[in-house]
Amino acid sequence: MTPWVLGFIVLLVKLLLVLVGLLLTAAYLVLVERKFLARLQIRYGPNRAGRYGLLQPFADTIKMLTKEDVVPEAADRVIFLLAPAVVAAEALLIFAVVPFGRDTMIFGMKVPMVIADLNIGLLYVFALSSLGVYGVALGGWSSNSKYSLLGGIRGAAQMISYELALGLSLVPIVMQARSFSLVDIVRAQTHYPFILVQPISFVIFFISAVAETKRIPFDLPEAENELGAGYHTEYSGMRFGLFFLGEYVNLIVLGGLIAVFFLGGWRGPWLPPVVWFLVKVFVVALVMIWIRGTLPRLRYDQLMHLGWKVLVPVALLNIVLTGAILLS
Amino acid sequence: MNRRDGKGHGRDNLPDLSLEHDGDMGELLEGLKALATGFFTTLRHLFRKPITEEYPEYKRALPARSRARIILTRDPDGDERCVACYLCSAACPVSCISMQSAEREDGRRYARWFRINFARCIYCGLCEEACPTLAIQLTPDFEHCERDILTLVAEKKDLLVNHGGKNSEYNFYRYAGVAMVGGKGTHIKEERPVNLKSNMP
Repeated sequence: MTPWVLGFIVLLVKLLLVLVGLLLTAAYLVLVERKFLARLQIRYGPNRAGRYGLLQPFADTIKMLTKEDVVPEAADRVIFLLAPAVVAAEALLIFAVVPFGRDTMIFGMKVPMVIADLNIGLLYVFALSSLGVYGVALGGWSSNSKYSLLGGIRGAAQMISYELALGLSLVPIVMQARSFSLVDIVRAQTHYPFILVQPISFVIFFISAVAETKRIPFDLPEAENELGAGYHTEYSGMRFGLFFLGEYVNLIVLGGLIAVFFLGGWRGPWLPPVVWFLVKVFVVALVMIWIRGTLPRLRYDQLMHLGWKVLVPVALLNIVLTGAILLS
Repeated sequence: MNRRDGKGHGRDNLPDLSLEHDGDMGELLEGLKALATGFFTTLRHLFRKPITEEYPEYKRALPARSRARIILTRDPDGDERCVACYLCSAACPVSCISMQSAEREDGRRYARWFRINFARCIYCGLCEEACPTLAIQLTPDFEHCERDILTLVAEKKDLLVNHGGKNSEYNFYRYAGVAMVGGKGTHIKEERPVNLKSNMP
């Protein structure tokens, strides 16, 4: 067998493992979020389906899959049907460049623990995370309902205000790692994680990441008490499930990105690299849930204000500062 | 857009993150402190025991006057209190009560059949209020949902209980609806007649 075929098989196996792993983690992250959030609010959370509610994700999935898939009569049918896939696919695709472990040798062949080590990995991440908003905006628009439309527009406008800060906050990281590749960025953190030298970047990226996942306090596109459910008001069944899935896969992916950019990726003592990576993702997710359990939703203009007048200038300043220190 | 320009946006600021107001460090600190307080509060809640009462395992005792399943009670002598006067049926806003009156050999009325459609009942308690004999009463027992809606139609045998409900001492026929036996002032809770001639101020 030629090495090419072998490499292809290994890639397929990796793809399968990552996909199944991501979907399962996303499903259980929903449970973790519900349990953790419940405890923050002095409740128990789901505890009926199985022991400690451990079968709840399966119950939810079965429910989603068997529900009727309603398409509103006045909806733009094709776009309405495709929009959820954009959100879910975008979230899943980003993970392709996230390294989740050390290169390992299997049967004498070097297998990198990343689906694709792009040399422009970071740009790929930004490109896809900006694409994700198409799912939101188009889903909201094609539903032909006021709430959905408002949610979709908010999603698009919100993206404009945080995406810039999201990108700018990572420029210092690229300057320090001297590479756009996520694998190289992790490699650059051999001695210390970047959170120690780039705390401002970390804070900006974290805030933008919360906005990216459309979570409280930046859940304006789906603000349930103002807009019903925002852009996915009209969705039901598994199409709503895809939005939901995309949101939680996004949470994992952003947890992974924060781990890669600031927490040293899969690096860590004693435990195997993959476990370290998972631990970091999990901690980031828990902090995000904690934020959700604590903060109220920002008003629309407050989000804009925060994005344009605080995060972007601070991120720019941070770039200048990092440049000055690196050059001196 | 112009409205937001310049200095006119102080009120709309996020107190916690308004870094551009370098002079306002106090405001910033205050905001950070408020954030920290909030996060600490939720964190503390994490280690508290949840206050949830888990329903099927733990059933809170409901107040005696909670309005749920309807019963037909008996008076202390063991007779049915219901005299089939149709007042509950008339008072019912959803017309879920129906019955057929009949008369016993001793002249006391009773319901030949009595039917409550719990699928319609809204548990408003107006039947209980209308009842002159305290026969029909609502109880705190609310656990009677069914998969088949027709099984929610309750007949008299389902409704009739062997106790007096909320006021077990009360017996309508001790107070009213019977011929007077002992003369004036001998009836329950009736005062002796006043002697008009000796009642001078």
